[in-house]
Amino acid sequence: MRLSNILYFFREAAKSLSRNRLLTFATISTVTICILILGMAVLLSLNAERFMSRLESDVQMIAFLDRSLSDAEIDEVQEEIEKIDGIKSIKFVSRDESLRELQETYGSQYDLKATLGKNPLPHTFEIEAKNPQDVPKIAELVYRIPGVYKVNYGQGVVERLFQVTHWVRIISLAFIIVLAAGAVFLIATTTRLSVFARRKEIYLMKLIGATDWFIRWPFFIEGIFLGVVGSLLAVALLAAGYGALLQNITSMAIITLVSDMAVLGKVYLALVGTGAVLGVLGTYISLNRFLNV
Amino acid sequence: MLVQFYNVSKIYPNGVKALDDISLKIDRGEFLFLMGPSGAGKSTLIKMLFREELPTRGQIFVASRSIVRMKRSEVPLLRRNMGIVFQDFKLLENKTVAENIAFAMKVVGASNRDIRQRVPEVINMVGLKGKENCLPTELSGGEQQRVGIARALANQPLMLIADEPTGNLDMETSQEIMELLFDINRKGTTVIMATHARELVKQAHKRVIMLERGRIVNDTPHGESLV
Ligand SMILES: Nc1ncnc2c1ncn2[C@@H]1O[C@H](COP(=O)(O)OP(=O)(O)O)[C@@H](O)[C@H]1O
Ligand SMILES: [Mg+2]
Repeated sequence: MRLSNILYFFREAAKSLSRNRLLTFATISTVTICILILGMAVLLSLNAERFMSRLESDVQMIAFLDRSLSDAEIDEVQEEIEKIDGIKSIKFVSRDESLRELQETYGSQYDLKATLGKNPLPHTFEIEAKNPQDVPKIAELVYRIPGVYKVNYGQGVVERLFQVTHWVRIISLAFIIVLAAGAVFLIATTTRLSVFARRKEIYLMKLIGATDWFIRWPFFIEGIFLGVVGSLLAVALLAAGYGALLQNITSMAIITLVSDMAVLGKVYLALVGTGAVLGVLGTYISLNRFLNV
Repeated sequence: MLVQFYNVSKIYPNGVKALDDISLKIDRGEFLFLMGPSGAGKSTLIKMLFREELPTRGQIFVASRSIVRMKRSEVPLLRRNMGIVFQDFKLLENKTVAENIAFAMKVVGASNRDIRQRVPEVINMVGLKGKENCLPTELSGGEQQRVGIARALANQPLMLIADEPTGNLDMETSQEIMELLFDINRKGTTVIMATHARELVKQAHKRVIMLERGRIVNDTPHGESLV
């Protein structure tokens, strides 16, 4: 393709864009909002995942044993537990150790043993899973072993965390779909108006013998421009906002955000790519329906 | 043979039979008038030459290529063999004379160098030297049609196709345009022109095909049917 042709395509696209500035502005804004929400959702779930995997790795199970078990029976229970798939570590904590730990938390002025008369605590196993998602399943299996009368793992908390991120994903996806449809529709409308404004010229070009692609290119450039400019604005806003967040939050030790530039860069690039895809999609729909070339 | 029609009929989707079993041949270098009253099918026949309409039945060959079997992607190449002149000129109003002609070359991918060389040539050919930078609105009807003809010639077509090119012009201007078309034909370009202006055709002594209600009623090599 000739350079002069490429320049011509860009000039025509620029003319079309400046012909209807209000619509150009509205379209770019919609793309920006769409990509901004998409970006926020992506960053949110990225961080939620990171947060959960750290939180979950702390999640361990405690299996409480019947008081009547002999030492041999306790060994049997341990063997049974070790047979379960997905277990990372298992540690026996005797009732005396447990009481000592408890005593430490109460301090020395309050003698637990004297108050309670005898040690009321059972022997326990502290079990860690390799994969946090397996915790509820493993807990269930451990519970079935004879001699285990209870398994604690903060039941519900893990499940609830999974549910929350699940819903965050679904809701942001719904938002994104609606907004993306809006952006595509607006890009299609912009293209349609450009086609309409140039319909005489297009008819003439066809009769003179211009190829379909020669006629289409300016419209695709226009659509891609709308998509890319909109998403670049969104990425700029997102990067600025997230950067500010990173700076303010690093001082707090509990929450650590994803700050790896390689990861963030990929996310930003993908967002701009998504904008371009929206542009191509809008133009494609519009050209197929309104430009019979 | 440049153009061949074999038993061509055209029925529009609304049921109107615009052409009814047309067969004809046009040689390279010919000058051909398509005559007939309004609604006879002249425009329909012309549109089939550059494949704006397809025949309902029959075969059409242009430069030995079948219009009917041609792929969509080949249509632009077919049209580059033809220069089309319109009754309403179809000039782009925001472009000057030179720009209108350059546009026609640009859209078929001509280089800037070719365009710079060819545009003054065709402007000279149609007698518009000095008007290069005028906008169409600054020109008379006859001058505008000269621009239309120059644009049609820019890509050096095998044939010039004109549907009522003088339809919007007065008699004197029409005769000037006819002289220009004869001149172009003398230089080797085949010219096919649809018109219902009997006077123009009568003076020309060229081949005339008479259409009536979609049928050829007469085909005379020097317009004898009009005498
Ligand atoms: N696109 C179309 N759809 C339906 N009917 C058409 C169309 N174009 C032309 N016709 C009809 O076909 C007949 C021939 O029209 P046309 O070829 O334009 O004749 P001419 O150019 O000789 O006046 C007319 O009856 C006209 O109404
Ligand atoms: Mg007509």
